[in-house]
Amino acid sequence: MTGDGRHIRLLIGLGAMTLLLLGKIFSLQIVDDRYKEDADRNSTIYETIYPTRGVIYDRNGEILVGNKVAYDILVSPREVQAFDTVALATVLGVEPAFIRSKLDEYRKRRSSIGFQAVTMMRMVPSETYMRFDEVKYKFPGFRGQVRGIRDYPVNAGGNLLGYVSEVNQDYINSHGGEYRSGDYAGMTGIEAAREKDLRGEKGYHIYLRNSRNQIEQPYKDGAEDKEAIPGHDIVTTIDAALQQYGQELMQNKVGSIVAIEPETGEILALVSSPGVDVSQLADIGKYWNEISQNPYKPMYNRAVQASYPPGSVFKLVNGLIGLQEGVLKPEYMYPCSKGYHFGAGHKLGCHGHKSPLNMEESIMMSCNAYYCYVLKNILDNRKYDSVADGLDAWHEYVESFGFGRKLGSDFPAELAGSIPTSKTYNRAYGRGRWNSTTVISLSIGQGEILATPMHLANLCATIANRGHYYIPHIIKASEGVEIDPRFTEPQYTKVDTVHFPKLIRGMWRAVNSGAGMGGTAWIAHIDSLDVCGKTGTAQNPRGADNSVFICFAPMDHPKIAIAAYVENGGFGATYAAPMASLMVEKYLKGSVKRTDLEKRMKEANLMSRVKKD
Amino acid sequence: MIDNDTHKRQSVDWKLIGVYLLLVVIGWLNIYAATHTSDPGSLLDFSGRAGKQFVWILTAFSLAGLILYVIPPRLWEGLCIPFYLFVLGLLVLVIFVSSDVKGSHSWFDLGPIRFQPAEVSKISTSLLLSWLVSQQNFKITRFKDFLLACLVIGIPMLVIVAESETGSALVYAGFIFVLYREGLSGWWLGLIGLVIVLFVSTLTLGAYWSTLILIGVLVLCNAFMAPKDFWKRLFTGGGLVLAMAFLPALLNWLCSLVTGHIEWMAARIWVPQPHETGTYFWSFLLKMKPLYVLLGCGFAAIPVLLYKAYRHKDTFLALSVVAFVAGVLLVFSTDYIFQNVLQDHQRSRIEVLLGMKEDLAGAGYNVNQSKIAIGSGGLLGKGFLQGTQTTFGFVPEQSTDFIFCTVGEEWGFAGCLTVILLYVFLIARLILDAERCRGHFTRTYGYCVAACIFMHLFINVGMTVGLMPVIGIPLPLLSYGGSSLWAFTILIFIFLALYRDEKKYF
Repeated sequence: MTGDGRHIRLLIGLGAMTLLLLGKIFSLQIVDDRYKEDADRNSTIYETIYPTRGVIYDRNGEILVGNKVAYDILVSPREVQAFDTVALATVLGVEPAFIRSKLDEYRKRRSSIGFQAVTMMRMVPSETYMRFDEVKYKFPGFRGQVRGIRDYPVNAGGNLLGYVSEVNQDYINSHGGEYRSGDYAGMTGIEAAREKDLRGEKGYHIYLRNSRNQIEQPYKDGAEDKEAIPGHDIVTTIDAALQQYGQELMQNKVGSIVAIEPETGEILALVSSPGVDVSQLADIGKYWNEISQNPYKPMYNRAVQASYPPGSVFKLVNGLIGLQEGVLKPEYMYPCSKGYHFGAGHKLGCHGHKSPLNMEESIMMSCNAYYCYVLKNILDNRKYDSVADGLDAWHEYVESFGFGRKLGSDFPAELAGSIPTSKTYNRAYGRGRWNSTTVISLSIGQGEILATPMHLANLCATIANRGHYYIPHIIKASEGVEIDPRFTEPQYTKVDTVHFPKLIRGMWRAVNSGAGMGGTAWIAHIDSLDVCGKTGTAQNPRGADNSVFICFAPMDHPKIAIAAYVENGGFGATYAAPMASLMVEKYLKGSVKRTDLEKRMKEANLMSRVKKD
Repeated sequence: MIDNDTHKRQSVDWKLIGVYLLLVVIGWLNIYAATHTSDPGSLLDFSGRAGKQFVWILTAFSLAGLILYVIPPRLWEGLCIPFYLFVLGLLVLVIFVSSDVKGSHSWFDLGPIRFQPAEVSKISTSLLLSWLVSQQNFKITRFKDFLLACLVIGIPMLVIVAESETGSALVYAGFIFVLYREGLSGWWLGLIGLVIVLFVSTLTLGAYWSTLILIGVLVLCNAFMAPKDFWKRLFTGGGLVLAMAFLPALLNWLCSLVTGHIEWMAARIWVPQPHETGTYFWSFLLKMKPLYVLLGCGFAAIPVLLYKAYRHKDTFLALSVVAFVAGVLLVFSTDYIFQNVLQDHQRSRIEVLLGMKEDLAGAGYNVNQSKIAIGSGGLLGKGFLQGTQTTFGFVPEQSTDFIFCTVGEEWGFAGCLTVILLYVFLIARLILDAERCRGHFTRTYGYCVAACIFMHLFINVGMTVGLMPVIGIPLPLLSYGGSSLWAFTILIFIFLALYRDEKKYF
């Protein structure tokens, strides 16, 4: 059998297959440039240059949040050679077992790590790094990378400032490609609100590796490198000294103090107690368990997130509405017999004071009965078809003061509080099955009214401005940082500005009438500063009453409007009024003369009264 | 070269040995290039792979010398049956005693040495097949003999599949070329080609086009088989196929007409609502699928064709009809085979190859990195030890199955061309030498060796450049590993010994 030339056919087939292979190889190697680019990409190393995060200043140029240098310790597992684990652990101040477990982990992930460097330790302090730097030649594969971390020169505004931490996978996913693993971002407070300004832009240097995996030269002589752009600095409206003073006053108490500059709406201090200490902010991960397990919830910013009944300070709002509706005149006198009697034997109680009294005195002495009459007259006004319509009209007025809605400040996580409408009561009692006496506790800021301390401070600023407010905000416009124009537009309430001075006189008398004259807030008096204030004592179903106080000063051209809310503090005059007053003194006079009062306030400890969850 | 029969030494094919040596040395250098960063040390450092390969090379040379000068060549023919049975025993045994290496059970672990019987089985199968074919009364066209040859090839193949070494088993398919040389009808090769084409086209183009390709190929073959009626058959059959090629577009157009008309009617008069299309006469068009139309026509034509085949005694036509039915069955079972018979990793490798999915991090990683390494080599390569892709370890199995990447990256197209031409020379030389033999056994054995090397070369290089799915078999003589180097050395040198022995009779 000769094979009838079949070997020729097989050889032709072999030739054809060879051409096919060579053709494909030719196209890979000569025709297509894609693979050369991919190879370049494979053999380049991107070294990320992290930008310096913007500094946060207070209103006087004092640094609230700065940066200090720390180091991440990186490892390229492929380059690691045999080394003295114990020596390295000693230098880095960790257990040898930690390093062993990390290296074990990298060995398991070696195929995904490849020639990359991974971060073994984060935010190692400079001193540790210096020690490491001296001996790092003994540990090939290990190196340090500069990484700025946050530094807090003054202990002011832990909650307010918020913290910065490494982004997790959820955060990366929800921010569409802006972040990568290993990046840091502001998570709460100002750090989160102004993240875009603060973070800056990352840069990178590209290097080429040679076949021995040594970095050989900058890729294209650095033509494609990008330098990091530092973040913008942020100037806040906060007065660091005032903020710090407020925190000191509020220590060992639960509650909040909010101070606003009335003529601008700038927040001067935003104290929430208990709060996060700034010393814990820089490395929040380390304290996270401690903070999150604290029953008093220090991360919870009461100034904008806690909804409280406002108590008697709300009488001011009802008074203003009454004036605007024409159902109240400053000279109207109403009797008070230790309360307001209504229905069959019902009574809304009041404390002992002179009777009858006019509007000014009703504010000065905080008479409950007076405002029951006022609210009843507002709701039962003939011009409304029903109490429900009256209540909805009332609601509209109240909302124009900012209550029951988010004020729209630039501070994240602000809550709206709530103000009832006719629907609220229709739902509870049924349509037409309730009347003005059903809702009478609204007159004194109890019942279905809930407001945040920020709302109260805003009310105070509105009264101080005689009828308008600026949306409270915490960031000042500065170079490279713009603020929304809404913060510079005055917001008017539905009450005419002419009505405001009539109440202010009462607020002045509440503070400045001297002890024994019936003024509820004489303790807030400061010599030569015409402080105007209104106390509140709000019922707290979870224990002792809450102590509430709002005040502004001076009476003419006010510089500061302040709201203090102390949970379980008792009468408004017991804690809230002195503390707000001390804040005013501190801010306007620069120092506090009433040191006894100051000492008493700072040392008071109400934590035992507060119910834990 | 003048053949001188008087001296043994001169009758050895030194050119073949020269190519063999060149390939082995090229392999050794490239193994060093692929591993010199992870295994620092010199070419001869025995802790590194290059050093170990040097040991393998030296032992392989001793084996070669043994085969050429010590073992009497006639022994191979005489011992092929017990040898075959012994290796078969090892193949089965290894399934039970082997350790699991990347999912396959094919390695004997003998302390420092690991040994894969599947490599030796190529030798024993080649020997037995050559013995079988060289028997006096063996005729491959006889069904019984064909079946016997299939058994010789198929049994070790199946056992190796059971070892989860599908790649090595695939090499045995190359023996079909040997059978072809010994008289097997060329239609069998065509049939295998057709099965592969149908499988791939069903996966990528879909059942309709796959069936159309099947019909087209059968029409073309029938035209070739009847030179008298060539043009007639080509035009009628080809015309029908072309017409069918427009069927999907036509049906699509008709459907849009029908739905358009239904909507038009629904807009004018109330009569048929769109959801009542079933009641509309022309709406049956909406339910027609081109595939079923095609199959309907095809099966309707079967009785006519069978009658014609009977009338004209046209066996080929009848066989074509059978092939059509079998082909349609294959097309319809392709998805089932693909989804259920193939293992996950095999399926995803095929999907990556056919571009059905891009998975550069998973199944497609190896091939992509391998293409990058080869593609970055350019015309002349980056130079010895200068390859970046090679040494960064982006390509896994760089010194074994993917050794060709190192050649591609560091020596460029010039290097690839050289290496492939060396292989082609080796294969062609084996075929030509085999043809020159008078002994049936030696000739067939030469073809077996050529077929084995051919299969390894094309599967392996095809895999590294993305023409083949990832199939883990080594590149003969180049890849790191003793088993493979020994096996190919023995395979080649047995032929050289037989060939030299052969020449004594001239």
